[in-house]
Amino acid sequence: MSNAQIEIQLIASLVAIACAIPGTFLVLRKMAMISDAISHSILPGIVVGFFITQDLNSPLLILLAAFTGIITVVLVEYIQKTGLVKEDTAIGLVFPVLFSIGVILIAKNANDVHLDIDAVLLGELAFAPFDRLLISKTDIGPKSLWVISSILLIIIILLIVFFKELKISTFDAGLAASLGFSPVVLHYGLMTVASVTTVGAFDAVGAILVVALMIAPAAAAYLLTNDLKKMLILAIIFGVFSAISGYWLAHWLDASIAGSITTILGLLFLLVYLFAPNKGVIAVMYREKQQRIEVSLLTFLLHIKNHTEEVERHINHLQEDINWQKIHSKKVLDLAQKNNMIHIQNDIVTLSKKGENFTTKAINYIITNEDSQIENMKKDFFLFRG
Amino acid sequence: MLGSFAVLRKQSLLGDAISHAALPGIAIAFLITGAKDTNILLLGALISGLLGTFWIRGITTKTHLKSDTALGLILSLFFGFGMLLLTFIQKQPNANQAGLDKYLFGQAATLVESDVWLMAIVTGICLFVILLFWKEFKLLLFDINYAKTLGFNTKFIDTLITFFIVLAIVLGLQTVGVVLMSAMLLAPAAAARQWTNSLAVMVFLAAVFGAFSGIFGTAISASQNNLSTGPVIVIIATIFVLISFLFSPSRGLLFKQIRILKNRRDLKLNKTLAFMYGIAKTHENISHPHTIKILNNFHGFTKKTLQKLVEKKYVYIVKNMWSLTEKGFKVASNLYNQH
Repeated sequence: MSNAQIEIQLIASLVAIACAIPGTFLVLRKMAMISDAISHSILPGIVVGFFITQDLNSPLLILLAAFTGIITVVLVEYIQKTGLVKEDTAIGLVFPVLFSIGVILIAKNANDVHLDIDAVLLGELAFAPFDRLLISKTDIGPKSLWVISSILLIIIILLIVFFKELKISTFDAGLAASLGFSPVVLHYGLMTVASVTTVGAFDAVGAILVVALMIAPAAAAYLLTNDLKKMLILAIIFGVFSAISGYWLAHWLDASIAGSITTILGLLFLLVYLFAPNKGVIAVMYREKQQRIEVSLLTFLLHIKNHTEEVERHINHLQEDINWQKIHSKKVLDLAQKNNMIHIQNDIVTLSKKGENFTTKAINYIITNEDSQIENMKKDFFLFRG
Repeated sequence: MLGSFAVLRKQSLLGDAISHAALPGIAIAFLITGAKDTNILLLGALISGLLGTFWIRGITTKTHLKSDTALGLILSLFFGFGMLLLTFIQKQPNANQAGLDKYLFGQAATLVESDVWLMAIVTGICLFVILLFWKEFKLLLFDINYAKTLGFNTKFIDTLITFFIVLAIVLGLQTVGVVLMSAMLLAPAAAARQWTNSLAVMVFLAAVFGAFSGIFGTAISASQNNLSTGPVIVIIATIFVLISFLFSPSRGLLFKQIRILKNRRDLKLNKTLAFMYGIAKTHENISHPHTIKILNNFHGFTKKTLQKLVEKKYVYIVKNMWSLTEKGFKVASNLYNQH
């Protein structure tokens, strides 16, 4: 690995960490789309900053861009507060306008300067190591490395200092307010951090990747855990992992680094989405199927209890009467037999003692609809899942 | 037009997500065919846009992630994947590849006649389908459970709406580009929403607003150098929104403010009157004069309210003294009874 390669991976990983932290909170606060809005609307800030300083590397650019990010948030909230449109519409209205203003400003005034929309939106990580920071003519590393590490440092300090406040206000804004933390201050603080991160990261990795790095690791982590600390750590791990493996994918394909990092993130999220133990799609579908069978079983047992005539309790009749498919009814019958709920003699179904007990309890619960009744039934119910 | 449905369905940002999600479709379609045939590329965009939409739906229904997270995810992940493919294509030895990125930012100027025809045809089909399924769409929009109980196939109608929204977005991509497509979808509908509560009027207004911003935007950008069409159209559309927000008679901010002021003035008036009534009640003659100074202790009193009361003939003033008239006394006592 050459020096530049290590530097690129380092930058990518740092960006990933810096994005994962505010991203986690954004996902939890249901404001993920704000990051998208910010990443687009910082464009006019950058353009105006560029006109003032005529220098693409000035820190004023970052400040102005972050400021436009905050303006976006304020505008969105203001429009939302008027009650004329919903929040998502407000977001969808604000950022294209700011972006358009940015594009027009560039087109009118800065056409011949190196400042084009592609670079803003997509970024190019491969060039990051060439833009070096020189202090008294000594080379101390790529500029974006310094920018992003200082942002990361600030984020980590803020996170540690305000962890408790953030946690409470994220999960229970009312409680936070009554405890004396201002949710508004925290909200705007978080938004500021998000804009600064977006700005700091975008010239290395591009606006879209910033959004991906903020949301995807956090969303994947959210599917795996409910613990905030674990979620933060998982998000960081996902981010760094995809940053590094994305780099090598890009190296191998000779394609855009930002794009391949996002692709890895996408694959990672897809895996988690499908296979997460409790909340993944497969787990959810399996659970739904189980529940469907359990409900069927209950219906079936109650049906048997209600009917003493042999016709009603004949196996074949069940298929016609309750309108079940053959396989489905067989499954339910097997399950009931396995749990000693029923006896089958000459294709006639009778409830066993246990089955009688169970259905009596179930009917009791249905009639009274009291929670206390179902508590001890739950124990019986989980038996079926064997 | 279709934006109205998106706005009312609270899926405003869907446009944004889909327009980004269409990118890998375009790239893959190009990779497979190796040619830059607009129709095939659009087909690819349509397929990947639909894929994105249904994945969004899958995420929100099957997991506990919220819709904003799902949108952001699909948007950025698909777009990133599309970027990967695009850069990959650029390295391929195929001379045809240039110009794919025009889909990113849109160039109305590059549209050729066949594209315009395609758009016109699709718009016609959209219109036809909307008219055909008008009742169903409306029902689904406002009361999905009711629609279900009436026996409509809600899944089918839902998919139909989504399909047409995606179609409209994909077509619009060429004109205004990925980023601004969401505004094209949203802004006319959001503006139209302010003027009416009726779906039919809203859809019609949205179409008018959309068309006007398209025409003005193109005209302005054509009259000046170096102005790309997309952003100008978006800004015009936003100006429409702004005007609607401010000046719409029933929902607009301006009239709302006026209404609030009027209510406040009425309240002050009533408070003053009630206070006067309280004083006048204690005297045998209701028109017994009192000094205006008494009123100064009272919070709601201003010179203006007093003048207003005089105008309404509830009170008459002689020098520094005020007295309640018969009429004023009646109104005030009614006021009192209500509370």
